This record gives sequence, C-alpha cells and structure tokens, in this order.
Amino acid sequence: MHELSLSSAIVNTAVKHAQGRQVSVVSVRAGRLRQVVPDTLRFYFDIVARDSVCAGARLELEVVPARLHCSGCERSWEIEVPAFVCPRCGPDGVTVQSGEEFEVESIEVDEIIAEEALR
Amino acid sequence: MHRTKVKVVEEALDANNTIARANRDDFDRAGVTVVNLMSAPGAGKTRLLERALDGLAEQGVRVGVLEGDVQGSFDADRLALLHVPVVQLNTDGGFGGECHLDANMVRSALPALPLDEIDLLIIENVGNLVCPAEFRVGEDARIMVCSVTEGEDKPLKYPLMFRACELVLVNKIDLLPHLDFDVARLEANLDQVHPGVARMLTSARTGEGVEAFRAWLATLGTRERAVA
Repeated sequence: MHELSLSSAIVNTAVKHAQGRQVSVVSVRAGRLRQVVPDTLRFYFDIVARDSVCAGARLELEVVPARLHCSGCERSWEIEVPAFVCPRCGPDGVTVQSGEEFEVESIEVDEIIAEEALR
Repeated sequence: MHRTKVKVVEEALDANNTIARANRDDFDRAGVTVVNLMSAPGAGKTRLLERALDGLAEQGVRVGVLEGDVQGSFDADRLALLHVPVVQLNTDGGFGGECHLDANMVRSALPALPLDEIDLLIIENVGNLVCPAEFRVGEDARIMVCSVTEGEDKPLKYPLMFRACELVLVNKIDLLPHLDFDVARLEANLDQVHPGVARMLTSARTGEGVEAFRAWLATLGTRERAVA
C-alpha cells in the first residue's frame, strides 16, 4: 500500500529534474528490502503522473538484490527471506550491502533542439 | 524533438528527509526528544500511552502528544484527559487520506505544539505496518507496538517496519492464556529480522510491563535535556 506514496515521491523527483520538459522514461532503482511491489508501483505511477510532465512516461524499475556482509568471516551473500544473521557467525557484524536503495536513477526528457525551434 | 537522458541519482524520498531534518533542528533547539510510535491498527498504542504517560510528569518529564489519524479526534480526546498537550493531525486532507504521517504533515502541526514547555514529544503515527516505516519525521527514536493477537510471523512479513525501530513493545500479553501465541517464536523471528533489538512485554490493560516502558521513556526524555 505504500506504493502510492512512493509513486508520488518518484514523480516529484522526476518533475524537479525535468525542469518543465516532457518526461518519457523514469528509471528507478528499488532495493528488495524496500518491499516494493513492481506492478502496484507502476499502477500508481501512471495515475500520479497524469497531471504532470511525467504523464504517459514509462517507469523502468530495477530491483536491487538484498546483499549482506559479515565482518566476522568476510563473506557476502544474497538473501531472499528477511534473515539478517550470518549462518556461520550469528548476528554480530552483519551489515546490509545493498537492497535498501530507493532512488530515481535517471529520466529521459524530450527537448526541442534549437534548429527545430527555429523551423 | 530530441530525447535526452538526464542523470538524477537522488533518493526519491529526499524531499521528505530534508523536511524531517528541519523538524529535527527545531526539536533540538527546543530541547525536545521525539518518539515516533508505530503499529498496526488496534495494537494498543493509545491505551499504552494512556497508561505510560500517566506518571511521567512526576518523574520530571513533561510530555506532549501529536496524534496522527486518518480521521477523527477519538484518540486525542482520550489522551487530553491526562492533562498533557495533545495536537490532532488528520491526514484526510491528502490523497484520499494518507495512511502515514510524513515530515511535512508533522511540520504543519509544529506551530500548535508548545515545544518550549515539553521535554518529550510522542508522535502517534497512523496505524499501519508499511508506510510509516518509509517516512522519517524528525524523530530521535522509533517504537513499534506489536500485539500478541497479530501472530508470531509479523516481523518476517513486515521486515521494513521491524528493522526501522529501536524498541518493540509486545502488547496485550494478558491475552496469552487464551491464545496459541508463542512469545519465544516471535522473539526468534524478531532476532532474524532485527537481531538484538530492545523489546518489552506489556499489557496496557493490566499495566504489566508498563512501568518498564515508562522508565524507558523517562530516560529518553531526560537524556536529551541534559545535553541541551
């Protein structure tokens, strides 16, 4: 259900960087640990984008795997379930390497280049 | 027409985090410690506060409450009986009623709060186990209430929330004799998701464990003041 608020955050970030230009693609990286449901995010994105320069834009979503690191045994591994414990050393020294990101990576905007504008 | 790719690389919740930092600056200036209290609807947040806040004044901690709800002032009315300043924040002005408080909503309520007259501000978030975890509001600590009627697997289902808090209150333990709930299993799940996170067993109904929670709040409420 948080996909609605997350969609608004994405659209607002994209609009800020578009500086008035029409946006055709918004690329987002979302870590697995953010519990984002891609289809739901797309659904809300389309609705939230409607009244902005992002209207009709495509949302490209890259899901970043959740990787942990253990400073005890210096191992890194990917998790599919929320278990933040090293199978060998236990919970101490376990840190999240990736999977917590939620960022707008880039946007594609339509620009009217000078010569076209002059035509 | 020419299509250009613009590199952005910006945390999508940056706007919220910026406002959260501004709130935090205001709280720091006033010497107020802030707690963000979160849970699923009906876990017992308000009842726990009714119990725990009563008696904090005697321990030298002046409390204020910011009550977040989609609609109504039922909880704020209950807490006002404790004679502490309570400000109601309804989220229904947003997109069909926001399911969480964000930094901007909290900011809008700041003028109504007597920050100079309180040491500890409790922000009771909208009951929800997902969205509130995403939105920092400028708090020092996050507490999450999880009641025994919700099942032992909650930490595994909502890791984002259970990882975002500093204290977990396991509430409604007076119901344990009537349930198949296994406290040890809940704690094991908690330690999978957020190893070693502080936890307390409470019953807002009987008052069991509330003293420990009150002491935790008192420590937090006086700590910051010593610094300020």
